Amino acid sequence: MVSIVVCVKAVPDPEKADEIRIDPVTKALPRQDVPLVINPLDRNALEAALQFKEGGKVHITVVSMGPPPAGKVVKECLALGADEGILLSDPAFAGADAYATAFTLAKAIQKLDKTDCILCGRASSDGATEWVGPELATFLGIPVVTMVREFVATGDERWKVKADLADGYRLVEVEMPAVFTVTKDLNTPRTLRYSGIIKARKKGITTWGLDELDVSESSVGLKGSPTVMSDLTYVERKSTCQFIEGTLEEKADFLIQKMMEVGVL
Amino acid sequence: MSRGSTNSVWVIAEGIGGRIPGVCLELIGKARTLGDTLGGEVGVLLLGYGIQEQVDELFHAGADVVYLGDSPVYEKYQPEIFTETIVPLSKEVQPQIILLGSTFMGREQAPLIAARLGTGLTAHCIDLIINEEGILEQKIPAYGGMMTIVCPEKRPQMATVTQGVFPMPDLDMSRSGKIIPVEPPEGLRTRVETLKVVRKKPEGVPLESAPVVIAGGAGAGCAEGWQEIEDLAKTLNAAVGSTRPAVDEGWTELETMIGQSGKMVHPEFYIAVGISGDMQHMVGISGAKAMVAVNNDPQAPVFEQVDYGIVADCREFIPILLRKLREKGDL
Repeated sequence: MVSIVVCVKAVPDPEKADEIRIDPVTKALPRQDVPLVINPLDRNALEAALQFKEGGKVHITVVSMGPPPAGKVVKECLALGADEGILLSDPAFAGADAYATAFTLAKAIQKLDKTDCILCGRASSDGATEWVGPELATFLGIPVVTMVREFVATGDERWKVKADLADGYRLVEVEMPAVFTVTKDLNTPRTLRYSGIIKARKKGITTWGLDELDVSESSVGLKGSPTVMSDLTYVERKSTCQFIEGTLEEKADFLIQKMMEVGVL
Repeated sequence: MSRGSTNSVWVIAEGIGGRIPGVCLELIGKARTLGDTLGGEVGVLLLGYGIQEQVDELFHAGADVVYLGDSPVYEKYQPEIFTETIVPLSKEVQPQIILLGSTFMGREQAPLIAARLGTGLTAHCIDLIINEEGILEQKIPAYGGMMTIVCPEKRPQMATVTQGVFPMPDLDMSRSGKIIPVEPPEGLRTRVETLKVVRKKPEGVPLESAPVVIAGGAGAGCAEGWQEIEDLAKTLNAAVGSTRPAVDEGWTELETMIGQSGKMVHPEFYIAVGISGDMQHMVGISGAKAMVAVNNDPQAPVFEQVDYGIVADCREFIPILLRKLREKGDL
């Protein structure tokens, strides 16, 4: 049995993310206003695990750190086909940066019996730091390959993967267990099916907090985070935009005229 | 590592494939300003192979010291060898600040180094300022505003920056400095190995140097809508840019994404199609002579940030624009 851990983040729905505004006084992010969904690239990570499962005996554990409402996202992963869901939730975990997040995830993964492979999305749509995968690997003392777009050879003690470069890719061989962060080119995530939702009803979510992970309060959440947000300012924009009136044809003519004036047409 | 380090500012540069990326020189220029404010030296850690001749340029850009690892083992990017070279040297020299370019190597090495040094790391900053307490303020666009991130206790303070955020420094040909050779780690058992690097020729007009950029966002609506944007770009010999939602939809590749965590562009003419105007995208465009936005929502924030606004459904407008351009071309 191969044990795969998929790290998943519940993020505010990116399609509605434009509406999110931090409270300028308290600096708090009003998460509850926007529905939480699986971070888009984490869906690719989960899909990779599910495809491995189709090819052999694989146990998939989804681990997510977040407030209790993030449990909905873990539940969705179970409905998509994951076997086990663990939600890391404790008031002490709040305010974690990438470093403290990776540390907490590492503590949870160390608690599991055995882990052969860890999959994460390349970046999260809200924080977009890309740091959790490599930092998690560092805390676990195992190798990492970021931006994986294809699993070329799996199953042995050394896997081969293709990892993105700006103008091509690297073919990388890595000793397992390892952490992989994946890109959207890896696969097309499956959609939720009714049968999956029914099956997931029987699967429970385990919640672990500070006590279960046996970590000190000072090493997690805001207290365990080397970086903090010190300020947030909103730039007053004075619009000087000139709206072009008329029919679509006239608007197109205007645009062509402007391009000629600038000298690019 | 905690406070108590030196005042030096480091840039980790890469010379993979024998070429130092432009972002490294841009960062040296910025490091010079930060170093002068702190009263510290600018150190560049350069790892690569066959890069000896390019070291002078680092001094001309503002470096005081170059830690040079010029060896065949650094020819390809080998993650563990790079980390195991950088981490011990950082612990020894204890720089106050470490900057890396948001290149594919930088994006993987930066968190590996930060976690090993037990310090914080800010992603894809668009400005870096030393405040009155001598702490590095790292600016990133977030939630429609500008967020300041600091790393108050741990050292070094680390940040990544995308190419084009800071200008190329003026090169001072009279500057020189000290070269300190760096040896690869000995007896390291590596678990990750880059077997080969495959490079492809980029298609179309390169985004960073294109005179005309047409950027599409979620408002393109569907794959067909995106195709119309691509057609328009082809007709205008323009480069296609995108926003994160368009990439997430799968209409385009990550390489086309403009903004904080994507590419910085400096076109003469910029057209935003179906883009709401999120800061993460808009910070990626600078120096344009004219900026135009096409969006069906007159309230979209993008209109506060461009010169000309066209309120229209892009699925209706782009085909008309295309037809007119083709008619014009036929004359």
